[in-house]
Amino acid sequence: MSTTHSTARIVDDADLPMFEASGGDWSQIAEEAARLGEERIVVNMGPQHPSTHGVLRLMLEIDGETVTEARAGIGYLHTGIEKNMEFRTWTQGVTFCTRMDYVAPLFQEAAYCLAVEKLLGITDDVPERASVIRVLMMELNRITSHLVCLATGGNELGATTIMTVGFTAREEILRIFEMVTGLRMNNAYIRPGGVAQDLPPGAVRATRDALVEVKHYLAQLEELMLANPILHLRLKDVGYLGLAGCMGLGITGPVLRSAGLPYDVRKATPYCGYETYDFEVPTATDADSWSRVVLRMEEIHQSIRIVEQALERLEKNAGPVMVEDKKIAWPAQLAIGADGMGNSLDHIREIMGTSMEALIHHFKLVTEGFRVPAGQVFQTVEHPRGELGVHLVSDGGTKPYRAHFRDPSFNNLQATSIMCEGGQVADVVVAVASLDPVLGGVDR
Amino acid sequence: MTDEKQDAAAAVKPGDATTDAQSTSKAALEAGSQTPGDRTAFEVVDVRRGLFGVHGSGDTSGYGGLVTTIAMPGPSQRPYGGWFDEAVDVLAEILGESGTGFDAAVESVVVDRGELTLNVAREHLVEVVQALRDDQDLRFELSLGVSGVHYPHETGRELHAVYHLFSVTHSRALRLEVSVPDEDPHLPSSVGVYPANDWHERETFDFFGLIFDGHPGLARIEMPDDWPGHPQRKDYPLGGIPVEYKGATIPPADQRRSYS
Repeated sequence: MSTTHSTARIVDDADLPMFEASGGDWSQIAEEAARLGEERIVVNMGPQHPSTHGVLRLMLEIDGETVTEARAGIGYLHTGIEKNMEFRTWTQGVTFCTRMDYVAPLFQEAAYCLAVEKLLGITDDVPERASVIRVLMMELNRITSHLVCLATGGNELGATTIMTVGFTAREEILRIFEMVTGLRMNNAYIRPGGVAQDLPPGAVRATRDALVEVKHYLAQLEELMLANPILHLRLKDVGYLGLAGCMGLGITGPVLRSAGLPYDVRKATPYCGYETYDFEVPTATDADSWSRVVLRMEEIHQSIRIVEQALERLEKNAGPVMVEDKKIAWPAQLAIGADGMGNSLDHIREIMGTSMEALIHHFKLVTEGFRVPAGQVFQTVEHPRGELGVHLVSDGGTKPYRAHFRDPSFNNLQATSIMCEGGQVADVVVAVASLDPVLGGVDR
Repeated sequence: MTDEKQDAAAAVKPGDATTDAQSTSKAALEAGSQTPGDRTAFEVVDVRRGLFGVHGSGDTSGYGGLVTTIAMPGPSQRPYGGWFDEAVDVLAEILGESGTGFDAAVESVVVDRGELTLNVAREHLVEVVQALRDDQDLRFELSLGVSGVHYPHETGRELHAVYHLFSVTHSRALRLEVSVPDEDPHLPSSVGVYPANDWHERETFDFFGLIFDGHPGLARIEMPDDWPGHPQRKDYPLGGIPVEYKGATIPPADQRRSYS
């Protein structure tokens, strides 16, 4: 009698890779805990947990209510964006990197485009108006991102009203994004050489109106949060990370500034003309979750200041929003038609009817893309969560040879252990919220 | 026939194996190269032919005779400009005092697009980053992570680890590059100097297979623990499935026409 059952698989799967959905770490910890038989409890928090800002997995060892060891596990949202960008043209790369940190998409776009421009050597050729629009969009995006941080941070402590007020305020700005870029998130609006399109008529006015609303909601939020004794008790002195810890772990953004160092890339190595705007970098010295909330509020006010200055400049001077070089400038003359957004009829009339060169450039750019001289650059911008770095390598081709993003959330999550260990279980949620990680950016 | 006429004759029938049309004349190399004169000396790393990345099927496009030299920025000569000279001098002094010697630790200095790159020998990496972090005239106290790049055609130095450092004190940025062979992808970990590089080195190990000796826990970070291979290497396929759109089939991204 054969030892093999008739329904056994006949495929020899010895060479096929096997994957365990449970992961290695968790089973090892559980086995060790069972072996030791102590009163130690290992809590696996996430990756599906409402207060982990996405698919963050925290492995906590607790003794009573005290966290004795905290570890962060990531990778549940890894989508290979960097690898994918190596197979798309330089312009198409924008649509990929915008999806990394989906709460602050315009910062990835801006950093990536600044890096491509540095590789091309056209940094100084980018029109003034394009830079002002980039600043406008980035600062509006910083406001929305900080609002999400404050809103979700409040929601995780049970304060639903903070969440609804924060998201309502954010909605005002997302409406502006939709008006300018056509999309609320993942905009792909900033392009190498400038921006996809000039602001539509009425955008400056609409932004001013939206700012009035945002200020109104922000005042509400400040009353709800800063004058709230429960929130103060929950956040004060929780998630402490001093300056030495921040520098050692490479922590940047509001967390570093809450430890007292006024380091902001917009001031340290300005880009997009930030040195010409009047704004301040707020700092605190308590280095705890409470001061980070206060700092984010103040940063929203500073961003509003920058947005108002940018709007004034946009009102004063019109001008092109894309470099003049037709071999780089993407033909993005878009319009809303009966069947959705597409190339504008004026543009089609021009390339099909009057200008053969425009047709050739359009065809070459869209099918082949432009070539970028070989070399490598590193470009950083001040992201709402810290310093975002883009490392681009070109081999002279029409696609990036390597695109790497140093995402601030990825780096800052390393502080989870040092901020949570020795504290209460309930404070883990507060500490992680004060880091404000966005897992799309962490895992890329 | 003059040289010019020969070139012209070659140009009208590119791809014809009996003529010498595909051979690269010096003039063609210069014409097709991407080396603007005002920049640093360049190292030719690759020479590409044709335009559409198609080889072996005869030249139907007429672009088969096109020759492109690929040149990465090569070692720079002094003066490097700005603060670069001063920083390199300070580093050379420290490495000289310790007995290592600047030439042994730093293989070359590249200045390109206003950025300073030091190509560091792997055995001296930790000493170099320690000096860059601690000396008061250098003070690169902020590490902005580790990135990897795979250059399969650079025999003996296929895998590169790229470190970006920033000095908050002096507002200066610096890049270190360490290259190791594919057969022996070991280099020392910098976590002892920059704890921030912990996860970045894990990521570079995960994606490129670079082994950082002395790392406190070099495990995969993005991919599952039991994943085979290192996805960001150039020989690792992107994968994907063809997509049908309005009756036409569009191949996956890594099988589409590439412009070489």
